[in-house]
Amino acid sequence: MADETEATDAPAAETAAAVDAPAGPAPDPLVADVLARLEAELGDSIVESAECFGDAVVRVRPDAWRRAAEVAKDTLACDFLSFISAIDWMPAPKEGGDDASGDTSSPVQPTETTYGVAGSNGRFQVFAHVESTSKHWGITFKTDVDESDPHARSWVTVYPGADWHERECWEMFGIAFDDHPNLRHLYLPSLFEGHPLRKDFPLLARVVKPWPGLVDVEAMPGEEGDAEGGGE
Amino acid sequence: MSTVDPDAPPIPSIDVPGGALTPLADAQLNVELDTGDMILNLGPQHPATHGTLRLVVRLDGERVVSAEPVIGYMHRGYEKLTEFRTYPQVTTLVNRIDWLSSFANEVPFVGAAEELMGIEAPPRAQYIRTILTELSRISNIYLFLGEMALQLGALTPAFYGFRDRELVLNLIEAVTGGRFHPNFNRIGGLKDDLPWGWIADTKQVMKKILDGCDDFEDLVVGNEIFQARTKSVGIIPGPLGASYGVSGANLRASGVDWDLRRDGKPYLVYPELEFKVWTHPDGDSFARYWVRLQETREACLLVLQMLERLPSGPVMAKVPRIIKVPEGEAWVETENPLGQMGYYVISKGATGPFRTKIRSASFSNVSILPWLLQGVYVPDVITVLASLYFILGDIDR
Repeated sequence: MADETEATDAPAAETAAAVDAPAGPAPDPLVADVLARLEAELGDSIVESAECFGDAVVRVRPDAWRRAAEVAKDTLACDFLSFISAIDWMPAPKEGGDDASGDTSSPVQPTETTYGVAGSNGRFQVFAHVESTSKHWGITFKTDVDESDPHARSWVTVYPGADWHERECWEMFGIAFDDHPNLRHLYLPSLFEGHPLRKDFPLLARVVKPWPGLVDVEAMPGEEGDAEGGGE
Repeated sequence: MSTVDPDAPPIPSIDVPGGALTPLADAQLNVELDTGDMILNLGPQHPATHGTLRLVVRLDGERVVSAEPVIGYMHRGYEKLTEFRTYPQVTTLVNRIDWLSSFANEVPFVGAAEELMGIEAPPRAQYIRTILTELSRISNIYLFLGEMALQLGALTPAFYGFRDRELVLNLIEAVTGGRFHPNFNRIGGLKDDLPWGWIADTKQVMKKILDGCDDFEDLVVGNEIFQARTKSVGIIPGPLGASYGVSGANLRASGVDWDLRRDGKPYLVYPELEFKVWTHPDGDSFARYWVRLQETREACLLVLQMLERLPSGPVMAKVPRIIKVPEGEAWVETENPLGQMGYYVISKGATGPFRTKIRSASFSNVSILPWLLQGVYVPDVITVLASLYFILGDIDR
């Protein structure tokens, strides 16, 4: 048991070094093949593509979003719809402004806006993952969504299972899906206002009542006042 | 249900105490003459539903015209909550998604964090993780084997299911301290090693479970009434199921030979193990039961196989005291008892995830219900619901 606690006692510098290290191993031939075939079909509709831990991540132009699904299903045998969802790249505003002590219990995220694998043009992105049950590969598609009028083409005619995923995405992010037959609330009550998964939507439970852990703050290991004197 | 025909002549108002009837009330009067559809509301609170799934079914006589599942009564907003928690805290949350196989939920999330950090758990930890994943598969599916028969009116198998599942839960409790929510995975390994004598106990329990599977084979699969109630009921064609995102045993029962343990990105120690992936060509409720029964057997054999090969060594890799995950994105999916479970974790280098997309199996499995229930008879609705086997927490997240 004793070595277990010591094993977790690595210096913090190691973490910092890992951030700079390039992510992922050498390119996977299977992923390269998938990317090449997608590029042959979609051409310049692909804005950017990347490999991420053995997965192909492809960012397509918004007007090619539906076409990407058709190509994936018909040409690349991706018959399985894993999920459709969205990302809000905006950093979450600090509760009560920067000066307020606010909710210090949650992890502190960087305040500058950065975009992940394959980049983004703005705040909102729709992303989806499809897989092939016969070829066993998977593709993650991303597309940029306009912030002032967020909408994307629906995938329902290609993958019927997109119905619920898009309804969830619509209510959680406020991103509309054109040609969706039935864009209604799925999880939330029909009179709910706001889009909970947007970063500017506060976690209401913490607004109503401060996090009980705040009353009895315990120093993080390695921090000032840590009785165990961590980080040694 | 019934609407007022705009072209119909106005119905003269009748003198009643309290004034004339409103047009709405007229419409209500006409209902009795209408032989149209009937709307039946199943749930959200009903003994036959597991959890709070509500189903609004439109019936024409005994036949279902259309069905609409109403979900969200138990939505807990885990995707939002993960943005306010550190990585080690999130494993507590994901435990509660599919609460019958909590340990299996932790594995892909911890796997995603480890992938981003470039840490690999030691071999012994990987083996114990795989053993516990398979044990939670057994405890999860074993309940189904009894419960589905219960929903079709056979009481005895339910007792068998609960009785033997207890043995597996005891094993999980002995290792992790928790029967339902182990919270035993750590980024980089496991909290603890196996307790003394556990391996011998497990071997005995696995033999009992294998015997129990034979009982189910005789009692339920061989039962004529069960066969009559389930065969050709609720048929899912393989390609359609896949395009709805139906996964796991539900898809394999439709003849799609796809199991992430064998076909997906290698995870845990499955590439080193020998096991058979069971499929059934029929795609009906009976096939889904049959495939799950075979999977339980296979899981027992897998556990016995791993206990023979269990390597020695540490169960925790060297990890920093404060878990900070480097910037990046990772998608890790696993074959869980209910189907494909995956986490798309986006990190910005902080102590908690920036965004987590949780892909849970039951959500997609249930989304095929409106299509699947069209044209079935009322008693078969229960058969179809039971055979799809969902956990509400896995739908609502």
